[in-house]
Amino acid sequence: MKRKALVLAGVGAVALAVPSVMTFAAEDWGQYQVGDKRSGYTFAKAETRAIQDDDFENPGMLWVEHGEELWETVDGEAQKSCKSCHADASDTMKNVGSTYPVFAKDIGKLENVENRINRCRTDNMKAKPWKYDSRNMLGMVSYVKRQSFGQPMNVKVDGDAAPWFEKGKEFYNQRRGQLDMACKHCHVDNAGNMIRANTLSQGQGNGFPTYRLKWQKPGSLHRRFRGCNKQVRATPYKTGSDEYLALELYVMYRGQGLPVETPAVRN
Amino acid sequence: MSIKRIAVGAFALATVAASATLTGAAEYKVEDEAIKASLTGKAGDPDNGKKVFLNRKKGNCLACHVVSSLKDQPFHGQVGPPLDGTASRWSEGELRLRIVNAKALNEDTIMPAFYRKDGFHRVLKNFKGKSVLNAQEVEDVLAYVMTMKE
Repeated sequence: MKRKALVLAGVGAVALAVPSVMTFAAEDWGQYQVGDKRSGYTFAKAETRAIQDDDFENPGMLWVEHGEELWETVDGEAQKSCKSCHADASDTMKNVGSTYPVFAKDIGKLENVENRINRCRTDNMKAKPWKYDSRNMLGMVSYVKRQSFGQPMNVKVDGDAAPWFEKGKEFYNQRRGQLDMACKHCHVDNAGNMIRANTLSQGQGNGFPTYRLKWQKPGSLHRRFRGCNKQVRATPYKTGSDEYLALELYVMYRGQGLPVETPAVRN
Repeated sequence: MSIKRIAVGAFALATVAASATLTGAAEYKVEDEAIKASLTGKAGDPDNGKKVFLNRKKGNCLACHVVSSLKDQPFHGQVGPPLDGTASRWSEGELRLRIVNAKALNEDTIMPAFYRKDGFHRVLKNFKGKSVLNAQEVEDVLAYVMTMKE
């Protein structure tokens, strides 16, 4: 009789333990989680999240400020600044971060913020294009995307964008490199699992340009793609290439509904 | 394991046996979901196997697997199953196939094939035409993994 009671008590303890574990797992991430989509924020360490949360601590804000200065800096033969045509960025750029990349009818292809800025510089300002991950480009992209801060990602993947979306999806699921892995093997199948010292995230793009503690500066999403590709020992594509544009669209679509976090902070 | 899974496994096994010759890696024969013969005809060296197992540019096995006996090493991953006692669950030949090409058993696995030279997409120049491990390194890692008994 005594023994039976002990066994029952044991079963009771297990039954009690299970719901408490489940409660712990279902942490409330607020705006950083939409359905089963989770921002990289939710996989980051508390210290890293704290840096992002504080605008004065967040080093990415220095690039946003640099972009703000550039916005009204005249450059190129046409003697124009961004402001000459686009006036107040908080008004004219407010939906850019949440909706790019977009299919640009006038050039007949998909275009992200970086490539759009350079097209504006060369065609309208008659200025030299910026290098993809240069201080000026990162500053301007960070400033422009910051104008959509907190807005849910909402990229268009139908119509003219559909073939690009399909290409991006194909890229995402294509094994590559000597290690023969696709994006999805880490960021879908193993999101939340530790790989070495890091927790694999869902690989969301809503925080870019992201300040990486490892880089000690912000970097573009395409730079991150290159890093991932090289890690699986695959030949990367160029930043701004059609392949990465298509992948960017697919990655942004995966994060549809997550807020624009630019500039996010990650390890 | 569902019937479908077994069917997929059997199909993959058949293709592996064929592709081993095509890729130019030393030939090996897959039977009963295992590679029963040593790739080199020699026994593996478990001490060197441990080094290859830990080396981040070689096996880098701890990136994905927990091994309790290696607690002194930091950062064991959770992507693959823990390897504690794995040699009590699988035969040497079964483990050899898992190291050589785990996709023969699960075509969707994240685990790299450690002994396959080509047939990849866009391999970085430095790694072109090479397998992650050579045949003796596979045998050495296997000899080390065979010490992981319950």
